[in-house]
Amino acid sequence: MSSAPLYELRQVVKSYDARAVLKVVALDIHPGEILAVVGPSGAGKSTLLRLLNFLEFPESGALKYRGQPIQPDAAPLSLRREVTTVFQRSALLSTNVRRNVEYGLRLRGERGRQVEIQAVIERLGLTPLAHKPAQTLSGGEAQRVALARAIVLRPTVLLLDEPTANLDPYNVGLIETVVAELNREQGCTVVLVTHNVFQAHRLAHRVALLLGGSIVEIAETQTFFESPHDPRTSAFVKGEMVY
Amino acid sequence: MQVIWDGLREGLRMLFSGDAYLWEIIMLSAQVSGVALLLSAALGVPLGAVIGLTHFPGRRVVQALVYTGMGFPPVVIGLTVYLLLSRSGILGPLNWAWIPQLFTVPAMVLAQVIIATPLIIGYTMAAVAEVDPNLRLQLRALGATPHQVTWTVLKEARQGVIVALVGGLGSIISEVGAVMMVGGNIEGATRVLTTAIMLETRRGNLDLAIGLALVLLGLTFLINLTVAQFQRKSQ
Repeated sequence: MSSAPLYELRQVVKSYDARAVLKVVALDIHPGEILAVVGPSGAGKSTLLRLLNFLEFPESGALKYRGQPIQPDAAPLSLRREVTTVFQRSALLSTNVRRNVEYGLRLRGERGRQVEIQAVIERLGLTPLAHKPAQTLSGGEAQRVALARAIVLRPTVLLLDEPTANLDPYNVGLIETVVAELNREQGCTVVLVTHNVFQAHRLAHRVALLLGGSIVEIAETQTFFESPHDPRTSAFVKGEMVY
Repeated sequence: MQVIWDGLREGLRMLFSGDAYLWEIIMLSAQVSGVALLLSAALGVPLGAVIGLTHFPGRRVVQALVYTGMGFPPVVIGLTVYLLLSRSGILGPLNWAWIPQLFTVPAMVLAQVIIATPLIIGYTMAAVAEVDPNLRLQLRALGATPHQVTWTVLKEARQGVIVALVGGLGSIISEVGAVMMVGGNIEGATRVLTTAIMLETRRGNLDLAIGLALVLLGLTFLINLTVAQFQRKSQ
């Protein structure tokens, strides 16, 4: 990757109740890449995403976005709105599917993008559900709505926190296809947190292994899976790591 | 038993014949309760949302104060407002235009706002706290400002906020002790349904007391029916 990094993290530490849950010595995320972050539960993957979405801030170290240092609680709204997250639990509003998809645009005062909204609804196979109450959707349908709500914003960075956990193969396939297209067609940078090493292998350009809050290894996908440098990566990839 | 039936019949007759005395009391009650509810809601809903959604030093103390306010005896609030506004009190001698005079509608509204606001704050606090914390994180991740998060959470908690308003209105419309103390139950000026019921019962005018009670019950029922309809539509 030769372009200037979109994110630069240096000596970043994030703690809860005086316990450090994330200790990133150095991490660069480049524009237009799909970076998969894998690792066991409690490794700090979701915490990393919250930092990247400026929802939380590190206690120490430097977090830069587009070369700009991000100060705690002072990330400008314009920068914050370039990034969005789809969480594992879709957290939809108690209204219909279409209004959920429109929500982020309404926050930005952009109510007129009906053609784009309809296109995203169709792309995610939500047209027959558009006027259905969100509370009545299945897990897979709800997650597709959450993804539609995020991508209609045309984000610079899309953060995905276990977006397909517990979903059936149809929904997994559809969500992966849309994410890959979004990256390819719009150059959207994607950071995907997943337990699923096969998904990381299918989607990512680079993969990072996070263990105990620290990045053990980060490499091109092929290298990561076929010739990892760290024995812990090798064990994780082979499913031999007990955690 | 005959007294009750006679009272019911006479009360209904007065109500539907447009009895001036009865309708004056009804209209004043509606005015006082309406204004008091609007002011309590304007104060209570945003405060409840802020206390329920934000973490700040002393939050638990503030919550304990709100809960204490929810159970405060109205008659003590009436006495407090009386002491504040009376000529020998703290605010009364100041003669400032915005300080209500004792035995006026604004004094009654003030007492009712003090009674209803902690209820609305408390119920709103509980309603917003029920909303999934993951939703708040998701809203921020979608680019919502703190105000937009609060507004959206309030909309998600609308059923609970409606209950808060109904609770507030219930405390306002049924209040008698405090409004009697600060309003004085003056005919044509500060006499409302509850104080009139008390007075007419003491005078032995049971027909009028029952008529007034029917109106009070009917009004409360109509308001709650409207709210129930609204809740059903918003689900």
